[in-house]
Parts: sequence; C-alpha cells; structure tokens
Amino acid sequence: MKTTFTKTALLCMTAAGFVSLASGANAAAHSVSACLITKTDINPFFVKMKEGAEAKAEELGITLNSYAGKIDGDVETQIAAVETCIAAGAKGILITPSDGAALMPIITQAREAGALVIALDTPFEPATVADATFATDNFKAGVLIGEWAAAKMGDTSNAKIAMLDLNPSEVSVDYLRNNGFLQGFGVDIKDPTDIGDEDDARIVGNDVTNGNEEGGRTAMENLMQMDSGINVVYTINEPAAAGAYEALKSFGMEDQALIVSVDGGCPGVQNVKEGVIGATSMQFPLLMASMGIEAIAAFAADGTKPQNTEGLDFFNTGVELVTDEPVEGIPSITSDEALEKCWG
Amino acid sequence: MTDTTQTPKKGQDFESALDKSDKNVAAFERKSKGMVDGLQHLLHLNPTLVPVMVLVASVLIFSLPMVTDGKFMTMFNLSLVMQQVSIIGILAAAQSLIILTAGIDLSVGALMIFSAVVMGLLGVNLGVPTFISLIAGFVVAIGGGLMNGLFVTRVKLPPFIVTLGTWYIFLSILRLLTGSQSIRSQDIDAEAAALKIFGSYISIGSARITFGVILMIVVFAVLWYFLNKTAWGRHVYAIGDDKEAAELAGIKTDRTLLTVYMAAGAVVGVAAWASIGRVGSISPNAFAEANLQSITAVVIGGISLFGGRGSILGPLFGALIVGIFESGLRLAGLDVQWQVFAIGWLIILAVAIDQWIRKVSA
Repeated sequence: MKTTFTKTALLCMTAAGFVSLASGANAAAHSVSACLITKTDINPFFVKMKEGAEAKAEELGITLNSYAGKIDGDVETQIAAVETCIAAGAKGILITPSDGAALMPIITQAREAGALVIALDTPFEPATVADATFATDNFKAGVLIGEWAAAKMGDTSNAKIAMLDLNPSEVSVDYLRNNGFLQGFGVDIKDPTDIGDEDDARIVGNDVTNGNEEGGRTAMENLMQMDSGINVVYTINEPAAAGAYEALKSFGMEDQALIVSVDGGCPGVQNVKEGVIGATSMQFPLLMASMGIEAIAAFAADGTKPQNTEGLDFFNTGVELVTDEPVEGIPSITSDEALEKCWG
Repeated sequence: MTDTTQTPKKGQDFESALDKSDKNVAAFERKSKGMVDGLQHLLHLNPTLVPVMVLVASVLIFSLPMVTDGKFMTMFNLSLVMQQVSIIGILAAAQSLIILTAGIDLSVGALMIFSAVVMGLLGVNLGVPTFISLIAGFVVAIGGGLMNGLFVTRVKLPPFIVTLGTWYIFLSILRLLTGSQSIRSQDIDAEAAALKIFGSYISIGSARITFGVILMIVVFAVLWYFLNKTAWGRHVYAIGDDKEAAELAGIKTDRTLLTVYMAAGAVVGVAAWASIGRVGSISPNAFAEANLQSITAVVIGGISLFGGRGSILGPLFGALIVGIFESGLRLAGLDVQWQVFAIGWLIILAVAIDQWIRKVSA
C-alpha cells in the first residue's frame, strides 16, 4: 500500500508540473505572427534578446513565438523550430544561427514561403542567406579593447599576452573578437579567421574557457604555468574575465595584468567599475531584437526590407567601449553610464 | 607395477602406442600461469593497482625534461592539478556510490550547480545568513538524491533514465532561478564569504593545498570507511554484485539503495560548496560536462560499471590521472584536442582492462 501511495504521489507531482507548463503556453491570436529562435536559453545575452523582442512585439501587437536550441551548436532543434514557424505561417523569423551553413536550406525554404528572415548577432555564411543581419561588429569590438590595452601600456614591446578564447570549434564570434583584439593591440594576425596562427613572441598562448568563470580560471592558471609574467589578458566574455581575475588573485598577481573583455553584461560592467576588468566592449542585444521586430512589422505592412550598414554585409547595432580609465583618441563611456545600458 | 624404465616394450601390442601419450594426471592447467596470468590475478584482487600504476607512469613521463621542460614536476604545478581536479573528484566519489550499486547518475553535475545556486541566491542575493543558505543548499542536494532514489526504488525505473530526466529538470530550474546570470565573486565576498571557505589554502613550500583539496581527500576517506568497515558498505557491494541474491540474503535492498542515493546527494552538496571556493563565483553555466567527467574518473579508477566491484579510492586516482594528463599534455605544448583524444583512449583502455580482469579463473 505504501508503495502504491508513493507511486501515486510521484505521478501526481509529474502531472501537476505538466499542467502548469501548459497553462503558461496559451497565446492569443493576432494577425501578424513572428518567430524568435535563439542559440540557447542559457546565455543571459539571449535571455535579454528575448525580453527585448517580447516587449516590442507586445507594443506593436505582433504574436511572438520563441524557440531556443538546448546548447550552443544545437542545429537540429533550430531546424525544427524554423519548420514549425513555416507551418504556422509566420510573417518573419528572427534567428541567431547556431551553424549558418547547416541552416541554409531550411532558411531558403522559409523565405520561399514568404517570411522575412533576419539573422541576429551571428551572420549566416554567406550573410545573404537571410534578408538582413542585425549584429554587433565583433571584430570592431575586439579592436577597441586591443587599442585601449596598447594605449594603456604605452610601450608594448614587453607585453606578455594571454588569449582566453571560447571553445575548440573556433566559431566566428570567437575568431573575430580574438583577431580584432590582436590587430588593435598591434600584432600581425595573419589569417583573420584563424585563432593561434600568429607568431608574435609576445603572445604566451591561447586556451579555451567555454565562456564561463570556471573555464576562465582554469585556462588562466594553465597559461600562468607557461609564463608567470603575463601582463595583458584578452577574454572572450566577462564571465571568463572574472574567472581569469580569480586565478590571478589566487597567485597574488591581480595587479600585474590588464584584463580586457567583450559583452557589456551588467555583472561585467560592475566588474569594470570595481577595477577587475580594465575595459570591455559593450554590445546591444535588446536593440537587435527590438529592431528586428520593427523590421517584421514594416515588412508585414508594406513589404519593405531592412538595409545593411554602408560598407558592411550586416546592419551594425553598435558597440561601445566601457572603461573608467579612458585613453586619448578612443571614445569610451564610463562604467556608471554603462550600467544604465547594460543587459542581463 | 614393475619398473617401466628398463622394459620399453611392455604389454600387448596395441598398448605400445600409449608410450607416446601424456603421462600427466588430469589437473588444472599450470604451465600458462606465467607473468600475464599472475598479473591478471593480482589485478583481480587489487583493482586499484591499475590506476595507481598509470598515475605513477604518467607523472614520470611528463616529468621528463624533453617532454615538459621541467615545468610539470614542480610542487606548485602538482598542487595546482590537485585544485583543478578537486570538484570533479568529489563528484566522482558521489558517482562511485551509485555505480557500485550497478546504477549510473547523469544528474550529479546539474544537481551540484543547482545546490550552489541556491546557496548563492539565498546567501548573497537575498541576504539570508550564510549558515542557513548552506543548509538550504544541502537540502536541495540531498532532496535531489532522494528524488532519484524514489524513482529508482519505488517506481522501478532504470537509474540511467531517471537521472537523465532529473538532469534536465535540475538544469532548467537552476536556469529559471538565475536567468543564467552568474553571482559575482566580489558580491560573495561582501555578503557571504564563508561560501568561499574551500578556496582558502595553506602553503607548504611552493605547494598550495586548498581546503577544497583537503575536503576531497576527507570525503574519500570517510566513504572508504563506510564502504569497507560497516554493514551498510557490504550491503552496497552486495546489491551491486547481485541484487536478487542480496535480497534473498535478507538485505533490505530498496531501503539501502535509497540511502545510497541520498548519501550521493549529500556528497554532491559538499561538491557544491567546494565549487564556490574553487571557481570564486557561482556560474550556472560552469561544469556543463561534470556528469561525464565524474563517470570518466570512476571508470579510469577501476570501478566496474556493472556494479559491486572496485575500490572507492580508485576514482580519486582516476580524477588525478585525468588532471595529470591535461596538465602534462598542455605543458608539452600540444593542442587542446589531444587532451580530449588521450582521455578517450584512457576510458576505453580502463574498461577493456576491467573486462579482462573479470575473465580470471577462480
């Protein structure tokens, strides 16, 4: 009897869970519907993007359905989401493609079915697979922090640089920021789409962080084992930077190195304010999403399609350098100003 | 019988052929008991010997000046490796408990982060006293273990499926709770510094022994005691070896299994607390592969995936082997992918050796 009771209780718990899930998912019918498909739901960047899109859709009276891959690189879930959107007759699809090449056939189908497709944050390869791309100029984001670090050091001949990258797949955001930083710092980057092909002796090494604190700390510890004199640390994002700082602090060397990063998440900006990160390049996910929804509304109204920024194959949603130690010739905003605009 | 040596031809003709036959009496084959068989027997009796030998050999190889240029074999680096493996090591201890009962736990990593996130949200974001937020974290960890255990013992679902499910469930809850945003190191320092206690260290020469490393060794020592010196421990092995037989022998198998899952949950809670000290901040996205890494450590440590066999100390060596390989290959200047490659082969090799040892004749 006791066993039966426990079983029933467990089943009830499970059932209750599903009911509460289902009740949150009913949506009212609107005339124009749109889809947002992000890489994952686990990155605050995409969480913020979703918030921006939902707010704008609400404002413009558009029905928005959101989907996300389970992990970075989860192409199958994204393809299934696009298929659902086509079947639902969505007027527009906003997507951050996990793999631009793998998604090409299904995106072409969606456009043939009459949907406006806008890539957010990550371009397709080639970018013309989508109708438009709204993205951060990641190379520029890297250049800004590279130039800042070089200007801050003055004489860069004694620089010892640690490069903390994303993951072993070398995706576009990874090599763009990495090479942007190195070019801004004054290193010959060779192939701009390759990480680690540089032969500049000032680079101590590259290691991967998976973009989180644990990976950032371990990677920094590893590079410090190669050369304990590291004085410039590039990081793919601010969580990795926070991890690198912890490693330096545990070695008692947190004052010896300049840490630079990219993103503009609120915890990252707070770390700039507290001197953990020297400078970071801020991007604007909320803007990408709300502009995307506006573009779909315009397309639904009269068929107009968004235009790219002059000289680029995407629309640049902007990037700003955040630092409390500004250097001459590089426009920047302070951490206090940035805290007003940060995401996450 | 008369003396046979002096009369080579004896008996009837048809028996003469027997002279060429083997004169030995029927017996167990002894001739082939050479080095290889001796080794097989030795390993059967001491399954931890393989990981210890691999560990010693890898340390020696990576210490060669031509391999790592003297950067590997320093007290500082070795203590760093210990720090880097400490969290996976503690998780591997929890994983061992489950695997010894012929189960597997895919949810350990997610449960650890869930527990750490609860500790952080309460202690840092909501300003709850650290002591209470720690208790809440442990309640989550032990409760998660209990949930797994109930589904395994009461609903009779396979552990692989149950923990596959709870892995997703724990991950989704912790992401909903945090919005996937990390809790910053500086905020933890200001609000609940005791959460980071296991990141503190004592220096012995150039070596740095963090409290987290000491904790890992204590966890293994305590589990070793319970598994080897108490009736509960013998029951755990018995259930893993043959659940039916254990049941017939009078062991309350389901109740014991439930305690095993809860104990594993408690160890996961310990790992959660230690992870805050190790990482510095609390990141909902860290340790994404911790479940697989813990299984790797257990397997390389010589605990049989089929349950009931292997020493709890094995996974400690298993985790260290992985850490030594990663550090050594990196300092040797090899690409990250070669570390992954080497770990893959270590796993296959470890299980192959396990299968070979099982074939030993009594």
